[in-house]
Amino acid sequence: MAPAAIFLALFLVWPAVRALLIAFQSASGDFTGANFAAVFHEPDFTLAVRNTFLVLVIVIPVEVTIALVMAVLAQQRLRGNGVFLYFWTLPLAVSDLAAGLIWLSVLTGHGYLNSLLQDLHLIRHPVGFLDYNNLAGLVVSVVVAETWRSISLVMVIVLSGVQGIPAELGEAAAVLGAGGWQRFRHVTLPLLKPTLQVALILRTTAAFQVFAVVLVLTGSAFPVLATKAESWVYEYHNFQMAAVYAILLLGLSSASTLVYLVTLRTPRPVFQP
Amino acid sequence: MTRPSRMLAYGAAALLTLFMLLPIYLIVLAAFSSRAAIFDYPRPLLPGGVSLDSMSYFLRSYGVVPALGRSLAVGGLTVVLSLLLGCPAGYAIARYTFPGRDLAQLLLVNVRAFPLAVLAIPLLVTFIEWHLYDTVLSVAFVHTAMSLPFTVLLSASVFMRVPVELEEAAMVMGTSKLGAVVRVVLPNSIPGLAAAALFAFVLSWNEVFAAAVLTQQSTTLPAQLVQALSNSPLPFKYAGGLALTLPAFIFIFFMRPFLFNAFRGVAGAR
Repeated sequence: MAPAAIFLALFLVWPAVRALLIAFQSASGDFTGANFAAVFHEPDFTLAVRNTFLVLVIVIPVEVTIALVMAVLAQQRLRGNGVFLYFWTLPLAVSDLAAGLIWLSVLTGHGYLNSLLQDLHLIRHPVGFLDYNNLAGLVVSVVVAETWRSISLVMVIVLSGVQGIPAELGEAAAVLGAGGWQRFRHVTLPLLKPTLQVALILRTTAAFQVFAVVLVLTGSAFPVLATKAESWVYEYHNFQMAAVYAILLLGLSSASTLVYLVTLRTPRPVFQP
Repeated sequence: MTRPSRMLAYGAAALLTLFMLLPIYLIVLAAFSSRAAIFDYPRPLLPGGVSLDSMSYFLRSYGVVPALGRSLAVGGLTVVLSLLLGCPAGYAIARYTFPGRDLAQLLLVNVRAFPLAVLAIPLLVTFIEWHLYDTVLSVAFVHTAMSLPFTVLLSASVFMRVPVELEEAAMVMGTSKLGAVVRVVLPNSIPGLAAAALFAFVLSWNEVFAAAVLTQQSTTLPAQLVQALSNSPLPFKYAGGLALTLPAFIFIFFMRPFLFNAFRGVAGAR
């Protein structure tokens, strides 16, 4: 235990402390709030916050809904179940960068989506899904790529939870006359609360950090918090500004985790098999 | 299920499969299309012959092959470090009750929620001080920190499945505690530990943010791609996208038996 604990302290806990220190220090080491003021006055800052939340509030509900559908479908013992599941878990190991590049081939100006629409005579000119001034196009593109990449993870977690629910409960409800939807709504969903809590915490904290997908699909046209942090390091070598963005990310992640912990609290186990 | 709802279920499953599969088909198509086919509009949606132009252009581009090598090195180091550090901790969680055990487990699960920027940016400053900035080792350290919690939990769940009695029997036969672990527990845990190793490797292989922030010359493949992003042509990007994706398929293939077990622990409750 000890070596792992020391390593994690050195490479997880200490950096978090140090990030706070850097964010509140000037380049010469004096304590100051000037970095935060500078970040808040940056024109891109409001954009980055807006864009991050815009993607997040669409991606999370969409993913959880699709994942629930997938989990319910996987429980129906359809023929070819194993094949379906294999393909649904495929992007699990695909990085956000690769997902961005994959969807770039689809969404770029002369990409596959426009080619298909043109072949079907639905459009006359390619649609600029990724044009810098097409906000809706950029948001939808990032959402689709991000959903495609991370839906597998949510599905695996949700399905693990669904499989943990004893089948007898659903059968009992069916005997009492509950239809499919009622069983889902009043048996599966309440028992899935702890699982959904885990999935929501993991995905929301990850969605705050959305990075490479955005970078690949939009360049600098759609700044989000993580791309801002990276560009302050990479382009300007300004660690203070980057640390402020990092601290903001930490604050937002922690706050969202807390919200889920409180709102989705299960006071005591609803059912112990 | 009634007949119409069964049809609906198949329809939905097919549609979802199409959504998951189509982009992969398209990146393979794009990566093996000739330049002419990529810059043609409307782009052909069916393969018109295999062209290795993009792939060989990608591999011959400046810095790609060395970056590929460094990606493998960082991944290998991450696997070794996270197993060396993670297995003892996983064994402790599996076998002993000690004060703070539940807390340790809880913390380990929640480390996943830690923003990478909070690690990468202060560590960048630390690594500059330690003269480790822009090295393979520095990236491997961060990737180990990221994968370690999962390695600990996964190895704990693997060790739990090896009965304590086996270990005790070996010790009755005269081997030491360590001998029992090495000769009885580890051989019985190889598939599970292989899964943990694979997980650590894929995490490292895929990680972009820390690798991009912590390196300048010693880039991993993803970091190299991010650096080259703004000034590289589409064929380069498509070939790069496919190159990054390939290990994922192998990973899922080997990882499948462990996937749901591993996440059952994470999903909590039971």
